[in-house]
Amino acid sequence: MLNLPLHTAAKVRGAGIMVIGASAGGFNLIFDLVLSLPATFPVPVIVIIHRNRRYQSAIEELLDQKAAVRVKMAAEKDTLNPGCVYFAPPDYHLLIEPDGTLSLDYSEPVWYCRPSIDVTFESASDVYARNAIGILLSGANEDGAEGLAYIENNHGLVIAQDPVDAEVKTMPQAAINKCRRCMVLSNEHLFQFVNQVALLHVK
Amino acid sequence: MSNNFAISFEQLEELIGLVNQVHGFSFNGYTRASLKRRITRIMQLYNLSFFDLKALLINKQDFFEEFLTEITVNVTEMFRDPHFFSAVRKKVFPYLASYQRIKIWNAGCSSGEELYSFAIMLEEEDLYSRSFLYGTDINSKVLDFAKKGIYDLRKMKQNSENYQQAGASSSLSDYYTAVYDAASIQHRLKQNTLFSVHNLVSDGVFNEFQLISCRNVLIYFNAELQRKVIRLFYDSLCPLGFLCLGSKETLRGDELASRFRVVDQFENIYQKIA
Repeated sequence: MLNLPLHTAAKVRGAGIMVIGASAGGFNLIFDLVLSLPATFPVPVIVIIHRNRRYQSAIEELLDQKAAVRVKMAAEKDTLNPGCVYFAPPDYHLLIEPDGTLSLDYSEPVWYCRPSIDVTFESASDVYARNAIGILLSGANEDGAEGLAYIENNHGLVIAQDPVDAEVKTMPQAAINKCRRCMVLSNEHLFQFVNQVALLHVK
Repeated sequence: MSNNFAISFEQLEELIGLVNQVHGFSFNGYTRASLKRRITRIMQLYNLSFFDLKALLINKQDFFEEFLTEITVNVTEMFRDPHFFSAVRKKVFPYLASYQRIKIWNAGCSSGEELYSFAIMLEEEDLYSRSFLYGTDINSKVLDFAKKGIYDLRKMKQNSENYQQAGASSSLSDYYTAVYDAASIQHRLKQNTLFSVHNLVSDGVFNEFQLISCRNVLIYFNAELQRKVIRLFYDSLCPLGFLCLGSKETLRGDELASRFRVVDQFENIYQKIA
């Protein structure tokens, strides 16, 4: 069983947002994590995955049917609500406004990626500061590592998938190298962690 | 982006106020998160502290044009979103063909790639000779690029792929001349175009159009400014004129939505009907 240190548990209690980034090798884990969330999950969840803009995908619709939480593709001016998972649309960066709404941005790709995980991590951190949780999973480039360090510098909670469990280690390993206090969790502990967020959070 | 160059939202408001006072340019209706990113980027690019940036904006007149260039997003492609262009060709051009004069406004045209994409399609449908295309942007520097119509040859690969996907009837290379590492848009495609500065925030109606295309601009505006700009487009369209928005921009929820017919709900193409 995952035992959270006291200061971590305190951060989980006060969390305002959870942002998860994944790329190559991380999709199935993301989907399973989303499916494991209870309908009353206490904070809004944002998911950034790298996907090709050329192909229409129905990930959000499929997950929405199966999951207890609501799942949707983020649209500009959406208000972030608990119990809902927002996927960044392909080919746009996803940003969070100070008033808790979402906005889209079509500026240069970062690490050849749009959406970029770094961009959303930083934006979430700008608004939620110590109340942001960032989680970085399997992936083949270093997108997300710098954003995770940014969250850490603003005293948010940062987590990387244990590279041993990651199908592609580059991304979580880059995060571990960049963040000093990164929690490194096995797949099993990742599920327990999101479960703890649901249990510990003070509404 | 490192935390070192990050500014707070309070500092951002200070800067917006300063730019408005010194340069008479209002970014008040812009979404903050994107603006903050752009400003952080400028500070990083020029290695400026927040204080340096303010000092430059106040004291160095020609810095403001550079600031404007960097702050606005000028990322674009020819035939970006190929499905959009094929939808326009199939669903909108047959209507346009019924007009003697076709006037098109590309608002937020940046360096002109989208406007020339429209010009190419009009040419292919035999409509170009009676069309006129206006490209506007707040930024005069990018408009200079647009007027020249000279692009990096390396970008033509992606542009050609887009063009092919958009239902090409020939090859994109028929419309430009390769000179060393540049692609120069053919002269005849520039003839019926005019590029000019226009600010959607502060400028008004300047002509009546059969089609207005404004894509990936409204995403940078707050709800109030979006409403104002959609009203400006409505007032600038002829009866039964078309409005094209970006793939993530819709009229849904807008007070004028009922005055438009949805021509294509995926590509966000609308027709003014009332």
